[in-house]
Amino acid sequence: MSLTSKFKEAMVGLKAGRVTLDYPAHPRPVPENFRGRPIFDAQKCIGCAACANNCPAREILVLDVCQEVRILKYLGRRCTYCGRCSDVCPEKAITMSHEFETATNKISDVHQRLDLFMSTCQRCGRCFKETSPLEQLKLKGYRFDDLENERWIFRSRSFLESEPLVDDIKIELD
Amino acid sequence: MLRNLCQKMFGRSLWVYHANSGGCNGCDIEVLNVLTPYYDVERFGIKLVGSPRHADVMLCQGPAMRSTARALRCAYDAMPAPKLVFAIGGCACGGGIWHDSYPVLGPVEKVIPVNFYIPGCPPRPEAIIYGVAVAVGLVDKKVSPVEFKQLQMPIPRYHPSDLRGEGEMVVYEKAEKI
Ligand code: SF4
Ligand code: SF4
Ligand code: SF4
Repeated sequence: MSLTSKFKEAMVGLKAGRVTLDYPAHPRPVPENFRGRPIFDAQKCIGCAACANNCPAREILVLDVCQEVRILKYLGRRCTYCGRCSDVCPEKAITMSHEFETATNKISDVHQRLDLFMSTCQRCGRCFKETSPLEQLKLKGYRFDDLENERWIFRSRSFLESEPLVDDIKIELD
Repeated sequence: MLRNLCQKMFGRSLWVYHANSGGCNGCDIEVLNVLTPYYDVERFGIKLVGSPRHADVMLCQGPAMRSTARALRCAYDAMPAPKLVFAIGGCACGGGIWHDSYPVLGPVEKVIPVNFYIPGCPPRPEAIIYGVAVAVGLVDKKVSPVEFKQLQMPIPRYHPSDLRGEGEMVVYEKAEKI
């Protein structure tokens, strides 16, 4: 180690110039195909829960508070920005935005919550599988004579119970 | 309040301790990236230290695991007050994609109090810098919760007072075609 090698090192350092980004003062654009936070569009969403079923982090929770209202909750805290939800969404209701500056002091700031109105299916009472397809046939609302005079409607749960009907949704709601 | 306190206390000398309690190393690499000349957080006086006893801020990566939760808690207790904890990455903020498996207890906030969250898997280095800048009060946070509510139910097909219960079903008294 001699003085010359130190001098050489200093020259290399000087030659590189200034490389540091002036980041928070100046915005830094992301690459074109960057995937950031998913944004949900309540106008397009039909509440099919395909996104919730395909999310590897189980980040999207779907719960029915009553017959007519389905709540879709995106927690945002352990989202990996993988884009699977937006890939499977049949209505293209999820956009992978370019937002990455999601730092916050309150984790509920990254939540998104949609209340979706679900209309009641006149054939099965629900628009998704109740128990099994065979048992569905036994439901009263499925019978064709009832359909004809529209006298039967499925009991609304809007005033009855607010806790989620499916047990495994207990994982972590907030 | 917290922000004012932070600005006063930490001014230009945040010493950070980097704790990985079971993440995949993705976030570690991004944190180290932030310390390189390219992003250079020493502009804000941030310096990496090797012991929690010297640190003001703990950068947590990875979820609280069954095997590391106790060590994480000890490291937190060893830090002198006032102290801040940053949860970096989806694992530390929410437990990661294996949040419901056996060895994962959950987000680090189950073990230690967390002051700032930086979600992402891993977050971009810029996102980490942004989180630090939010903490020291250089910029404002950009996110806020989004809620879409049905304020009004679409017109009901029946009036509740005309309903008569009958087992699982409800009969509409004034049956008429709609
Ligand atoms: S981007 Fe991936 S992890 Fe995030 S909500 Fe969509 S499917 Fe889940
Ligand atoms: S997949 Fe799309 S349409 Fe279906 S619930 Fe998710 S956001 Fe809504
Ligand atoms: S948040 Fe993602 S990148 Fe960071 S430790 Fe967890 S799995 Fe790895």
